Amino acid sequence: MNMANVTTQTRREMTGARMVVQALKDQGVEVVFGYPGGAVLPIYDELFQQHDIRHILVRHEQGATHMAEGYARSTGKPGVVLVTSGPGATNAVTGITDALMDSIPLVVITGQVPTFMIGSDAFQEADTVGITRHCTKHNWLVKDTSQLSDILHQAFHVATTGRPGPVLVDIPKDVQFATATYTPREAARTAHYKPATKGDPEMIARLVDLMERAERPVLYTGGGVINSGPEASRLLRELADATGFPVTSTLMGLGAYPASGKSWLGMLGMHGTYEANLSMHGCDLMINIGARFDDRITGRISDFSPNSIKAHIDIDPSSINKVIRTDVPILGDVTEVLRDLLAAWKARGSRVNREGLAQWWAQITEWRGVDCLGFRNSDRIIKPQHALQRLEALTKGHDRYITTEVGQHQMWAAQYLGFEDPNRWMTSGGLGTMGYGLPASIGVQVAHPDALVINVAGEASWLMNMQEMGTAVQFRLPVKQFILNNERLGMVRQWQELLHGERYSQSWSEALPDFVKLAEAFGCKGIKCDDPADLDDAIMEMLAYDGPVVFDCLVEKHENCFPMIPSGKPHNEMLLGEAETQGVIGAEGGVLV
Amino acid sequence: MSPLNIEKGSSKHSAYDLRASFSEVEETHTLAVVVDNEPGVLARVIGLFAGRGYNIDSLTVAETDHTGHRSRITIVTTGTPQVIEQIKAQLGRMVPVHEVHDLTVEGAAVERELALFKVAGRGEARVEALRLADVFRANVVDSTLESFVFEITGSTQKVDAFAELMRPLGLVEMARTGIAALARGT
Ligand SMILES: Cc1ncc(C[n+]2csc(CCOP(=O)(O)OP(=O)(O)O)c2C)c(N)n1
Ligand SMILES: [Mg+2]
Repeated sequence: MNMANVTTQTRREMTGARMVVQALKDQGVEVVFGYPGGAVLPIYDELFQQHDIRHILVRHEQGATHMAEGYARSTGKPGVVLVTSGPGATNAVTGITDALMDSIPLVVITGQVPTFMIGSDAFQEADTVGITRHCTKHNWLVKDTSQLSDILHQAFHVATTGRPGPVLVDIPKDVQFATATYTPREAARTAHYKPATKGDPEMIARLVDLMERAERPVLYTGGGVINSGPEASRLLRELADATGFPVTSTLMGLGAYPASGKSWLGMLGMHGTYEANLSMHGCDLMINIGARFDDRITGRISDFSPNSIKAHIDIDPSSINKVIRTDVPILGDVTEVLRDLLAAWKARGSRVNREGLAQWWAQITEWRGVDCLGFRNSDRIIKPQHALQRLEALTKGHDRYITTEVGQHQMWAAQYLGFEDPNRWMTSGGLGTMGYGLPASIGVQVAHPDALVINVAGEASWLMNMQEMGTAVQFRLPVKQFILNNERLGMVRQWQELLHGERYSQSWSEALPDFVKLAEAFGCKGIKCDDPADLDDAIMEMLAYDGPVVFDCLVEKHENCFPMIPSGKPHNEMLLGEAETQGVIGAEGGVLV
Repeated sequence: MSPLNIEKGSSKHSAYDLRASFSEVEETHTLAVVVDNEPGVLARVIGLFAGRGYNIDSLTVAETDHTGHRSRITIVTTGTPQVIEQIKAQLGRMVPVHEVHDLTVEGAAVERELALFKVAGRGEARVEALRLADVFRANVVDSTLESFVFEITGSTQKVDAFAELMRPLGLVEMARTGIAALARGT
């Protein structure tokens, strides 16, 4: 179709509010998570008069943003949020920041007071673009209806291109009412924002050369592999198979390489496995694929993997050399770079350093022998690790998606559940937002109505957005809330034990609700289990129930999450269990988070 | 030595020679950033510096291409080479940013500042101020019987030197534009 045709056929006069709905349709949006209010009423009126786009009415705008994140991360498509001005927009800020930290594509549409009232402290006026400038990839205040559709299409382009992230379009109410010509998607001005996706062939050749010679290589993968699309995960598996290199992953990258794969070392970082962290520490070639050397991963920078050459594949130039000096920087999209890397590897008939690699694997096998995830089970009280092992065993064959809240349960979920495919694991990594998991599970279930969606939660986090159970019930979304209830802000308690002389300041969950009654009050099923002997049956009951379930799993209250690399310590100073925790964290580590 | 030419026991830095290791010495760089002249763009750029803790020694901004709605922001900043690289990468990935030039490394550049000085005084001091202004090729753009306003253009060093000389001669107020810079040649 040529451009002139497009212009004459689809450029139409319409109101700003209708443009919003039209632009969403043209972008292929199927669902919007939102909450109405005065400044978005014209858009809600347009939504009412159509049937292509579904609207999920949330209970709090933060919920809408996390649902959109869950939707986006489990589908690879952008999540769309619609909220009103002032409090609607400020309530959305946490989720927008969460999406920025974890590179999740969101398009957030906010209403604003009419242009002629901006700056007058009007009712429900907030400087939304000012407030969200630091937590969006980009944002726009639209002052003229003639620019609205163009900006909306740009917004989708920016959210999904390069390193994905949240964008926000703030639309004053008079702009929604006024009429102008609609700019179709194909005619929108998106040209100048085009991050490079193809890696430098010279750097790729250099990496191939290093891969041939490396004695102790490791593939350190991250959320970028997931964001790059399913093809990136396929190529990663091909690379791991072609080379036999061990693979570890950050919290955000779980599932890109299968947990059952023979090269899998488990997750790395602060609560990563012994074998993954020691491999990172001792390797001679580290290939970072779509990860960002986060402080949860590196530990003390000066002792991070001291003897390795580091290659880094990333689409964001600011991630390269930000915290760790990279020897072979490869700027590009993971899929494209891995494809070129594999092609170069095959074209050269490359072979790995067999002897070195065999010794390396022998070393890794020895580390694996430590069995760092072993724990002392109990037949009196449910250990959280055991609960997750049972959940894993009983849901293995299901079409399963897992979300989490933030805390010990999140780390245990990452350690004890196995992910075989990308887009199956949704967790708040960068921001660590308690209250993420429940709404995220709803967003995932909206996208995958027939799948099994489980939120592995802590009781404290879960309470932060529990109002969204109303959303689950209203839209018949059978999400399973698996609460590992230790009646503690467990992760805080663990740090207080290790760092603050066991002074447990405010880390109890006091006055907890009766979760079963709470579930019933929402119109869901509630299940309570506190005996290891009943656990399997209780989990099966949860799985069999056709509707949302709140599962109150009462677990050991003082369990600590191991292995642990205390903040400010290097990878090879990992704590494996209780016996090693006395006085290990000095004042220098105490200031770190 | 391992097959990768890594010295055993070396710590902190990998011993690979593709890049020199990060230096801890702070450098001053002049950056020219070409941006869409849209509302909030300056707040975005300044916010990046404030939010990530980078220095701004000088900042100038004006629309330079009216038809293309482009503005040029000239920023003088100080940091270790790693920080300077980060600043450029962070600026480069902002959506309204079209070009980032590091005039300090991209070859010779001319840098100029414009400043206005109000100097008040009588008698010998007044005569001396006028004489020095002539030496510095500053123009008198306003005068009363008791004061002058001088306009001076030049490098930051020249403007600084002029300010030092004017101080004892009755410098009352000064306004400086900050640095505008362009690469030399074509
Ligand atoms: C919104 C928010 N507030 C505070 C924190 C700090 N924080 C991290 S983990 C945690 C405790 C979480 O308790 P719970 O959800 O019960 O999980 P547990 O660690 O007990 O498994 C807290 C308070 C946070 N991550 N997010
Ligand atoms: Mg808890």
